[in-house]
Amino acid sequence: MAASLHIAGIRKVFGKGDKAVEILKKIEIDVAPGEFLILVGPSGCGKSTLLNIIAGLEDPTEGELKIAGKNVIGVAPAQRDIAMVFQSYALYPTMSVADNIGFALEMRKVPPDMRKKRIQEVAAMLQIEHLLDRRPAQLSGGQRQRVAMGRALARDPQLFLFDEPLSNLDAKLRVEMRAEIKRLHLVSGITTVYVTHDQIEAMTLGSRIAVMKDGILQQIGTPDEIYRRPANAYVAGFIGSPTMNFISGQASGTGENAVFSFEGGSLALPCPATGMVTLGQRPEHIHLSDDATWRGQVTLVEPTGADTYVVIKTGVGLITVRTPPSTQVKIGDTVGMTVSGNHNNWFDAQSGLRLA
Amino acid sequence: MNAKNISRAATYAVLLVAAFFFLAPLYVMLATSFKDAEQLRAGNLLSLPTSLNFESWTLAWSTACTGVDCRGLQPYFWNSVSMAVPAVLISTIWGALNGYVLSMWKFKGSDLLFGFILFGVFMPFQVVLLPMSQVLGFMGLSSSITGLVLVHCLAGMASTTLFFRNYYTAIPRELVNAARMDGAGFWRIFYRIVIPMSTPILMVTLIWQFTNIWNDFLFGVAFSGADSKPITVGLNNMANTTSSVKSYNVDMAAAIIAGLPTMLVYVLAGQYFVKGLTAGAVKG
Repeated sequence: MAASLHIAGIRKVFGKGDKAVEILKKIEIDVAPGEFLILVGPSGCGKSTLLNIIAGLEDPTEGELKIAGKNVIGVAPAQRDIAMVFQSYALYPTMSVADNIGFALEMRKVPPDMRKKRIQEVAAMLQIEHLLDRRPAQLSGGQRQRVAMGRALARDPQLFLFDEPLSNLDAKLRVEMRAEIKRLHLVSGITTVYVTHDQIEAMTLGSRIAVMKDGILQQIGTPDEIYRRPANAYVAGFIGSPTMNFISGQASGTGENAVFSFEGGSLALPCPATGMVTLGQRPEHIHLSDDATWRGQVTLVEPTGADTYVVIKTGVGLITVRTPPSTQVKIGDTVGMTVSGNHNNWFDAQSGLRLA
Repeated sequence: MNAKNISRAATYAVLLVAAFFFLAPLYVMLATSFKDAEQLRAGNLLSLPTSLNFESWTLAWSTACTGVDCRGLQPYFWNSVSMAVPAVLISTIWGALNGYVLSMWKFKGSDLLFGFILFGVFMPFQVVLLPMSQVLGFMGLSSSITGLVLVHCLAGMASTTLFFRNYYTAIPRELVNAARMDGAGFWRIFYRIVIPMSTPILMVTLIWQFTNIWNDFLFGVAFSGADSKPITVGLNNMANTTSSVKSYNVDMAAAIIAGLPTMLVYVLAGQYFVKGLTAGAVKG
């Protein structure tokens, strides 16, 4: 049973008068039934506050919030039919795993035999049947994470909320649980809002991503849109790893005669505007080329296995280039760089906004 | 013998001296309580009793005289029980509830309120004797056990609140939020989630409150009537009753009877206290 989520004009202000801090500034998001929405941004951007407002744990200063078309402002968390997975898992330490999973059902007066059946189903889904009699303290981090998800799944809610659920796990387990969350979403089809500061989680999990900064929604779109057409320089720099290269320079001419010139080089690229602009290029769209005029000195070579990243010192700062692992480049070499295809991201030099 | 052994021997020596220092009075009390009048007259304080003579214990419990009243300590003992048990339970539950609200359901001014409650911990109780007796008078509770229960609940509430509030601030807020989302309300969260996590602090508070209330003399002497005197007052009156011969053996037996329940609570609840601590240590 998937529900839609409608967030309109949500503001949240803490404190009063001179000390007032606006944590959320007019957030507008519509989530379609069954969607997996990611809220991503640096710490302090307001993403967790927004999640708490959706959950009903905090009230917005103003704005409208609807779940499945019904207004939920002023409705208690329990009545919103939402399940939430917390960063610390928040398992009840004195209850067994089975009681943890069944607690919400018990609160909703589900009869014991049905409760037991549901606990078994959920445990089977998450492969934690052998843990049902244990206490949370006797579980490993990954197992606790599964129980926390089981607790959320047990009730079959209208909406799932995840608050940085993987940040307490080690790297290997994180990848594993990420896949598990994705699988569970496909199976259950429940509308999900997922908060993270990890852009890889955002890219791999989300059907849409909302990038936030300083309480403002910077951009919302599919992972592909966010990656290929970032709305501003901030989003461009936040999503993608290694981060996008930014080159400030002067754009002049049009069509065939277009030139983008900057300190230490120039590229024959058409820019939608003239004057001072910033060019954003992802590491995979810059290539090493011996006969290029734009040159720099290699300062770092980072092999990651599948790719090798070469960091080059140029007149406009450090430029990261993705190369095949077979590259022969060494630290100290002088190399030339070219830009291929139409992957140019142009940003206004002042506002950082995308140009066309 | 190397340096490590010497330092260990020194440690044990200090501990033995300390143990002797605290146990010697207990030994004297126990030994004296089993002696008969003749042995007492011999005057050797540290000698072992020649036989195990329980006569002074029976006397102290049921027939020793305070003035003309010869019912022993028994009525005072039951007065203390019917005062301490409800007072300990009420003040502990009250403190737990206060601590729960002040740490997990903060409201405007709740920290300030907690600051005021803290005053109660440091306030000398002599200050409240007069106003308290007036209040008890207004409420018609003067010289009654109910009145004493009320006084002890009020006097103990500040410390019990402090204990629980500080313990509960360490419980993550997410736990309460998770329970709220699961559909539990204020009271449900309190007795299903929070109380089961409170065993160590519950034991500390129970021991603390029981010891304080059972051993209290000030309120007992100030607010009790003829029929509601707690055992501390009863013991004092019995030992101070002047008669031709001082029966130290009876006094000692009476003093041990008066102190027995607190010792018992330490032995019984202290165990749970340690269990609670280790149970908490496993987590995380």
